[in-house]
Amino acid sequence: MFTSFTRVFKFAINDFGRNKGISIATTFILVVAIMLATGLFFFQGAANYLTSQIRDKIDITAYFLDGTSEEDILAAKDKIIGMSPDIRSIEYVSRDQAFAVFSEKHQDNAVLQRALEEVGDNPFLPSLNITTNGDPAQYEEISNALETSDFSNLIYKVDYTQKKDTIEKVYAITSNINRYGLLAGVILIILSILVVFNTVKLAIDSSKEEISTMRIVGASDWFVRGPFIMEGIIYGLLAFIVCILLTAVSAYLFSSKIAIVMPGFSLYGYFLTNLWIFVLIQLLFGVGVGVVSSFIVVKKYLDI
Amino acid sequence: MIKFEKVTKIYPPNTAVLQEVSFEIEEGEFVSIVGKSGAGKTTLTRLILGMEEPSYGDVFFKGKNLRTASSSEIQNIRRSISGIYQDYKLLPGKTVYENVAYVLEVEGRGYGEIKQEVPKVLELIGLQEKTNNFPKQLSGGEQQRLAIARALVSKPKIIIADEPTGNLDPYNTYEVVFLLEKINKAGTTVILLTHDRETVNKLGKRVITLVGGRVIRDEKQGQFII
Repeated sequence: MFTSFTRVFKFAINDFGRNKGISIATTFILVVAIMLATGLFFFQGAANYLTSQIRDKIDITAYFLDGTSEEDILAAKDKIIGMSPDIRSIEYVSRDQAFAVFSEKHQDNAVLQRALEEVGDNPFLPSLNITTNGDPAQYEEISNALETSDFSNLIYKVDYTQKKDTIEKVYAITSNINRYGLLAGVILIILSILVVFNTVKLAIDSSKEEISTMRIVGASDWFVRGPFIMEGIIYGLLAFIVCILLTAVSAYLFSSKIAIVMPGFSLYGYFLTNLWIFVLIQLLFGVGVGVVSSFIVVKKYLDI
Repeated sequence: MIKFEKVTKIYPPNTAVLQEVSFEIEEGEFVSIVGKSGAGKTTLTRLILGMEEPSYGDVFFKGKNLRTASSSEIQNIRRSISGIYQDYKLLPGKTVYENVAYVLEVEGRGYGEIKQEVPKVLELIGLQEKTNNFPKQLSGGEQQRLAIARALVSKPKIIIADEPTGNLDPYNTYEVVFLLEKINKAGTTVILLTHDRETVNKLGKRVITLVGGRVIRDEKQGQFII
């Protein structure tokens, strides 16, 4: 068995080296296909980041009546937490904090600053900013719960209806990005697998006569098929090495440029955090497609 | 050793290449199967090697009906029969040495034995200077000699030579036939499928004549008469 394996391995190495043109072309096609799959993984990471960033910015605010004590508001906060498991966070913003945030945000806006001075007193109300896991239905549910709660008499208004349209739009956009991105990804991956399959098929088609001769001299299925499958593994491994290096270098080089468009998102950091997933995707995709293609194509010629 | 029993082979839609062919070849025999192109000679080879099944009738190898033989039994039968073909059927991606060694590797022979046997056969056949050449770098005669070397190296029980001289000049034809006779004298059964009248008549051995897919003559010391 070991002798047979080393022979099959030797045949594969010889064939790979003697058909350099076909070998390089097949490896190149595999590199393109793997990079496509890798690109889709990056896209998914960036889309998830964007989605979470956008969703994080959406909240529902409950404004409390002027004069409501901090204790009552914090008690209300505890009750709200218990209302729904989908509540991700609740932030208490006191009147002073609200004033400070507004002043800092609009410190360059002379009109607003003057308006604040005119009012004289702090015009802001204490509030609770509630964020959920993102589904608009959850915001609506919480809004209704707040308005019918036993502390509703402390609430001046719930700022949901004004944001309702925005929340639903953002949710629809992010859901569509995920759904159609996934669909487009699956279609592209299927196309790339077909391209690789056809390239491997062309490479093996040229050995059709050779396979028939091997069968005539009594070679077993494994002895005929083994070298082609081994070649598929070599194509896949080589393509993987090229791709992982290419991915690392590209992620490193483009990281700062992507950060300009998507502040806070580090392409290189994403690559390093998910390094093993990248290795797994590229290795499985490369070797898997190479081996399965070889297996299927050779099978066709083994019926002799 | 090889027995054809009322074998008929029909290719779709309705082309009968062999019709009720029956004969038996004994161990150590030298049999020429003659006939015009299209008489069914190559189909006979394919049936013996288990590459095809008869439409009717049965082919036996050492008593084993090939119709019921398993895939591994067919592989073993193919390993005990060596073929020499008009189109050589060499492995173009392998060198002269590797082409010959491949047959032994298929049989699972050890590295030491292969290293010993292959150069011996290549020397016998006169290709020792071309061990690292690829088949396309050889002349027609050399390619045929390589095919013979490959057929000899595993010391087979049977050699089937299907039009082995079809692409060769008279000198190379004589060489190949001389080699086949020599192999037969050493005890190997030789089945020569040919339409080369002169070669068959010179041999003076058993001749089975095929016409239109039927055996019309089977003589111990036959002549090429069609």
